[in-house]
Amino acid sequence: MTLPPQCTQLSSISIKTLRRRVEEDPDFLFKYIEEVYRVIEKYEERLRAYITLRPMSDVIREVENIVKRGKLGPLGGALVAVKDNISTRGIRTTCGSKMLEDYVPPYDATVVRKIKESGGIVIGKTNMDEFAMGSTTENSAFYPTLNPWDLSRVPGGSSGGSAVAVAACEATVALASDTGGSIRLPAAYTGTVGLKPTYGLVSRYGLVAYGSSLDQVGPIGRCVEDVAAVLDVISGHDPRDSTSLKVGVGGFEKYVVGSPLKKYRIVVIEEMVSEGVDEKILKTFNSVVDLLSKHDVTVEFRKMPLLHYSLPTYYIIAMAEASSNLARFDGLRYGIRSDVEGKLWVDVYRKIRLAGFGDEVKRRILLGTYVLSEGLYEGYYLKAAKVRRLIYQEFTKLFKDYDAAISPTSPTLPPRISEVITDPIKLYSLDIDTVPINLAGLPAISVPGGFIDGLPVGVQIFGPPLSEGSLLNIAKLIEGGGCG
Amino acid sequence: MDSEVLIGLEVHVQVTSLRTKLFCRCSSNYRGNPPNTNVCPVCLGLPGSLPVLNKKALEKAIAVALALNSRVSDKLVFVRKHYFYPDLPKNYQVSQYDRYGLTPIAIGGSVAVDVDGSSKVVRIRRINIEEDTGRIAYPEKSVLGSRYALVDYNRAGVALLEIVTEPDLRTPREARVFLEKLGSVLEHLEVADTSLEGAMRADANVSVAGGPRVEIKNIGSPKDLEKALNYEIARQLNIVKSGGTVERETRHWIKERGITVASRVKELEGEYRYFPDPDLPPIPIGRELVEAIAKSLPELPDQRARRIAREYGIGDYMASVLVLHKKLCDHFENASRVCGNPKLVSSILINEFLRWVDEAGVDVPSGITRLSTDRLCKLVQYFESGLVSIKLLKEYVRRAVLEDTSPEELLSKGLTTLGEESEIERVVEEVFRENPKAVADAIRDPKAVNFLVGQVMKKTRGRADPKLVNEIIRRRLAEYGVK
Repeated sequence: MTLPPQCTQLSSISIKTLRRRVEEDPDFLFKYIEEVYRVIEKYEERLRAYITLRPMSDVIREVENIVKRGKLGPLGGALVAVKDNISTRGIRTTCGSKMLEDYVPPYDATVVRKIKESGGIVIGKTNMDEFAMGSTTENSAFYPTLNPWDLSRVPGGSSGGSAVAVAACEATVALASDTGGSIRLPAAYTGTVGLKPTYGLVSRYGLVAYGSSLDQVGPIGRCVEDVAAVLDVISGHDPRDSTSLKVGVGGFEKYVVGSPLKKYRIVVIEEMVSEGVDEKILKTFNSVVDLLSKHDVTVEFRKMPLLHYSLPTYYIIAMAEASSNLARFDGLRYGIRSDVEGKLWVDVYRKIRLAGFGDEVKRRILLGTYVLSEGLYEGYYLKAAKVRRLIYQEFTKLFKDYDAAISPTSPTLPPRISEVITDPIKLYSLDIDTVPINLAGLPAISVPGGFIDGLPVGVQIFGPPLSEGSLLNIAKLIEGGGCG
Repeated sequence: MDSEVLIGLEVHVQVTSLRTKLFCRCSSNYRGNPPNTNVCPVCLGLPGSLPVLNKKALEKAIAVALALNSRVSDKLVFVRKHYFYPDLPKNYQVSQYDRYGLTPIAIGGSVAVDVDGSSKVVRIRRINIEEDTGRIAYPEKSVLGSRYALVDYNRAGVALLEIVTEPDLRTPREARVFLEKLGSVLEHLEVADTSLEGAMRADANVSVAGGPRVEIKNIGSPKDLEKALNYEIARQLNIVKSGGTVERETRHWIKERGITVASRVKELEGEYRYFPDPDLPPIPIGRELVEAIAKSLPELPDQRARRIAREYGIGDYMASVLVLHKKLCDHFENASRVCGNPKLVSSILINEFLRWVDEAGVDVPSGITRLSTDRLCKLVQYFESGLVSIKLLKEYVRRAVLEDTSPEELLSKGLTTLGEESEIERVVEEVFRENPKAVADAIRDPKAVNFLVGQVMKKTRGRADPKLVNEIIRRRLAEYGVK
């Protein structure tokens, strides 16, 4: 585990270590919390990982209450940074948007409730691209978050705040959401581990929807073990989410062992390592593949030409769903208020939505509205839905022969601030290797595979539905080493 | 024919028999609550909330589909229908759609109606399950002149069935009877209590003489439907007659003024951006479920009409009218069993009761509380014992419905057909005294008796039983030696 300069030894410990140390000495938890807040004090002003940070006194008071009641639970008092599109009762949830600048949810998302019930403490709400639309966290309506490895670079997005909070030891672990790569890309750019679960493994109840059929909540941690611990807590059926799978909960920690639990057959899809991938990244990627081969893992190459269509397919579906999901933001029930006096309702909506949404959000709402329009629906949305089904079928066929697939998480190193934000095509291309996974509803993990010029490089492992156990195991092989 | 009228209906029925809303656990009985208290994150459309189907709603919808001879889909698919309006918390309504390979809960179907003795079949086009909206209140009762609007979301998310007919209706009267019949089917299925305010609403599409289709929204009852259509058809015919052209538009029925007015804002046509709701994956509808529901269907109006006609010996037409209102029919059956004389009971209910209920503008259930079984039995008893004539009986019904007056009270006030012989004899004595010439005529010519009878009836203001009067007069004349 290589850490950025912001981390101290105490602030970088794992959940397991924290749990063990607190069991030995209950006061250790307070020492740990104070240390994390010291890091925050020192670096947050530059990094800006958080939109809302809870005062340390509030966190300490909450911990005291939990300690008084007895058990700390499996998360052992871990400080959990929560992406600001996941509803937290009593803590504002802005989605990185002016539209929701003052919105305080009256309820907890299911994942937040589960975190709290398992001894996790919400430390704050993290910065993100507005409504999760973006790949750099520069689309936050408030401020960009910087990459702790190189402050002139973006941390990736849309969950840049969550990834940076974890990478820079401003939190123990984080919750984030992934619609087309929003967990994995920032994990790759910040040298953390990020897991996007199988669609339906983790409840979406309380996650402010972007692309409902693509969104999943998942953990970001400094090591595979922490990610597994959080996944254990947040996964499982939720009767409040109709897309939630009826599967058992947890049991993921046992996959985090340093040797392969079976003789894995892993595939590299050629299209994911050819055009547009940075040479240096390929080099790191190949060294990871070599490493795996030493673990008695077979690695083979296969073609999947259909993947050429995944970016347009993804953006049509995501934007269509976004245009619908974001229709509710009209300032009437919550969110920004403005003393609008319009002659017609439509004037009221126009005024509020023009003021409340940023450019990228407007772009996606407009495009989404366009592809759902009468006469265009069949050519865009329906066709995209068909291609999506084909991609799913291709992956299903592929995973009859393989346990998992491996690719670079991103084709490039973290871009510099303002480098890609003005060019939507460049921006969208950062997600080229992550979006097909969301289209097919598959699980995927990004794990650090090495460093180039002091910048982390992520490797993505993905597999058939509900193969999280294998992915964690393989990720651990790549990660090697301990967990702080 | 050139002046042909085509009417099609879109009926929205709240599934009032459900305990909770369509996608959350808020009560479906929102009536009488202070504004915005019957709400939760789901029906308010708060960010991050998700819908979970109330499975009972599906069962009710299937029952309705079967009762309307409609074809139940093999899967339940929800779509989002988008339009911006303050009463719509998400600015889209979860509904159903029949294009792009999507399907409503049921397609096709028919309802048979008897309209003033002749019967016809109205075809059903489709049935949708969808969520109800909230309600907008304007301080000045209407958007005109109001400086602000208030929104109450207590109703938002209540399960609705949208039942759409083909344009098979030809007259306002037919439309009314159809809507009554549909309401009765829903009542017999125990799906909806259509007497609740807003529980059954209709939009009507009307075209006259091959003209464009005009949609009338906001119609709250079968009676209003008839009125609104009468108004609208006359309006369109007038335009045609004076050489103008009817515009294709949406109009609103203003109940208080008895007119339709053009909507201020053009409705969005076709830009609803329907697409399958990703939060609600399709649910397969098993044949076993449909068959189980089919088996457990209760007696429906058509079957019931046949049964009561046979069982109580009333005419088919009477039976078909009674079953248009489940509660009226229940009342009929109950009263007939308790008081006997089903023919009289049915005649009272159909010919008198319904008329006054309509006139007074009260609904059938509250009418029934005024003409209770007890009161009906009293009336049957008074009639059978000759205390009240058929003419007076009508008066009793009128006052019961309009004034809530009991038969006992009316009787004690002397509103009775004179049954006491001594009373009639006293009047006869008076008439004889005042008409000596007529008495003399009657003694000579028995045919002249009628004049005396007429005089007695006049003095009793028609309340005496003419047969009895005739008999007493003859008895009296006999004393004068007339045979």
